[in-house]
Amino acid sequence: MLTGKFSKIARTGVAAAFLAAMVGAGNAAAKDKVAVGFIGPLTGGVSANGIGGRNSADLAVRLRNKDPKAKYEYELVVQDDECKPNIGVQAATKVAADRKVVAAVTHYCSAVAIATVDTYHKFGLPVVVWGAVLPEITYGNKYKEVHRVNGTMINQNQTASDFVRGQGYETWAVIHDTTDYGKGHNKYFSENVKKRGGKILATFGVTAEQQDFTAELTKIKELNPDVIYFGGLTPIGVRIRSQMDKLGVNALFQGTSGIVSDAFIEGTGKLAEGVVAFREGAPTEKLPGGKYFLDKYQAEKYDSPPEAYGAFAFAAMNLVLDAIEQHGPNRKKVRAELNKTSGRDSIVGEITFDDHGQNKVALITKYVIQDGKWVVWEDSEYATGKRKLAGQK
Amino acid sequence: MDIGFLAQYVMNGLMLGMMYALVAVGFTLFFGVLDVIKFSHGDVLTVGAFAALATYLGLETAGVTHPAVQVLIIVVVSMLVIGLLGAVIAKTLILPLRSAPPLNTLLITLMLGTVLREAVRLFYPEGANPKPFPALLPSESLTIGNFNLRLDNVMMFVAGALVIVGTHLLLNRTKLGLAIRSVAQDEETAKTMGINFSLIVLITFAIGSALAAFAGVMNGLYYNEINFGMGLLLGVIGFSAAIVGGLGNLYGAILGGFLFAGLQTIGAVALPFASAYKDVFAFAVVIAIMAWRPTGLIQEKISERV
Repeated sequence: MLTGKFSKIARTGVAAAFLAAMVGAGNAAAKDKVAVGFIGPLTGGVSANGIGGRNSADLAVRLRNKDPKAKYEYELVVQDDECKPNIGVQAATKVAADRKVVAAVTHYCSAVAIATVDTYHKFGLPVVVWGAVLPEITYGNKYKEVHRVNGTMINQNQTASDFVRGQGYETWAVIHDTTDYGKGHNKYFSENVKKRGGKILATFGVTAEQQDFTAELTKIKELNPDVIYFGGLTPIGVRIRSQMDKLGVNALFQGTSGIVSDAFIEGTGKLAEGVVAFREGAPTEKLPGGKYFLDKYQAEKYDSPPEAYGAFAFAAMNLVLDAIEQHGPNRKKVRAELNKTSGRDSIVGEITFDDHGQNKVALITKYVIQDGKWVVWEDSEYATGKRKLAGQK
Repeated sequence: MDIGFLAQYVMNGLMLGMMYALVAVGFTLFFGVLDVIKFSHGDVLTVGAFAALATYLGLETAGVTHPAVQVLIIVVVSMLVIGLLGAVIAKTLILPLRSAPPLNTLLITLMLGTVLREAVRLFYPEGANPKPFPALLPSESLTIGNFNLRLDNVMMFVAGALVIVGTHLLLNRTKLGLAIRSVAQDEETAKTMGINFSLIVLITFAIGSALAAFAGVMNGLYYNEINFGMGLLLGVIGFSAAIVGGLGNLYGAILGGFLFAGLQTIGAVALPFASAYKDVFAFAVVIAIMAWRPTGLIQEKISERV
């Protein structure tokens, strides 16, 4: 008992001393407090990504608060959007209506991000999107408040077109699912590959539940394209790849970010080898500032990893903090500063916003399946010429 | 069009038609004996395919690796298990609702279908992902010009045809078949003749469900991929095929199955607009046929409108 009491007193004493030191330090610097927001999916199916993003944004804030040169002391206001549009709008309204919050880093899910842009515009809160990929989030409106550091399916398909044309392929048959995701990919890929001299021989829209593709694939066999471009998600991607083999279609299978998953490899087995696909962002360790970011992240001992988009949340938060440092906690001035962002160096590479607030030089990674794993193209034996993609000599 | 490609389309259509026909025969059997529509039929097929996959994995672990033995065992196990499942469904959900309005049976089986589908998704390890199904049949193929005739496809087609012929013989040449037909024709009279009504109903549901399991395994072997949602559309198509052919009639179901597959193939290939509309096209034609002949192409002797 006695020891217990003593230790309690001792602890209180230590805490008091610590507090005094903190207050003292605070007084010495006399920094004003400024709040910044973070919104992402912290619960539900994609919560791993949301929590990784939250930690990464928090890391940016902590590092800034440790920086003696920083003019303000920052406080992070966190909200959970659950990856649901209706909850997201509530969270966005809560953050945007809070006048203490100067700017925010928002949303991983496209459906939520597109639902909340009006809210940010109405309240005049400048935001930087850190994960959602739907083009319309930035291009579907003229709101000066909305920015995005990561790429969209437009960037993805520009990179994809450059890549496959660079590999010498000439003709394509396109199969896409008829959701916004599949249709968007079809549109942007077709546009871009035609611009680069490629030819689309046929386009097939299919439903996301379709099981049998033999009719479409026989038609494709007749047309004999170099590549089958598939805009859609893993389940039907698996079916198309398996049925291609059954019918003896030997074209290259080119996918989108929707098939970059282990489930695709599990589902197709040996047929997965040599399939190419593209995804926004990059494995964190491959990013220009990836090592710096991961070291700092580890030093703060967060209990979950940053996940694929953590680095983007970190970069987005740094943009926001830099703008506040420069112009003070004023939403309008911060918004104007963010809109001017051009050629800015960050851990995810250079950031330049176009007049819709979209990062123009967004990073896209090329992947190929080699020995049952998604391998970054540049590291693969296909890039060195040791192995050949389908139809290459 | 090149004759080789034409042959390829016909072959694709035939394979598809065989699977639809097998599902449609189940619908028609159930409707024949009890005048019920069992909407969980497609999902029973899914469970059959997954049961076959689980059996295959079990055989691999047990060290049985001969493909022919494996195929035989997974087909038999899957058909037995699903036949039993069909009988249990009939015993617990369909027979007790005999005197309730038919809408109740329809709704309860619709819900059962969702339960089966979600159960596969949740309880099969990583059931939400598409699963690779082993290619156990010989993969030799005969290439004639642009036509790629695969031995496994031929084997599956023949097996499917044999199963349907077997069902036909069972219904028309055996005592059990006679009992099933008499129950279908008139329940009261059949009972007074000493036929065990409940038992015959259970056996019929077991047979219909085993056919679905066979179609499920065939589906897996044909596409080498199965997933928890595969039965949903197959169920709807099989049902439409049974209706358009004439519900309650075995030949009608077969005709309906091949007709639907043919329409889908034409929809995907020959029509000028995109293949996104092939199902729209096929179902639209089905609606037109229904309007033209509400009792189906081949009518039951005493027909009932659905």
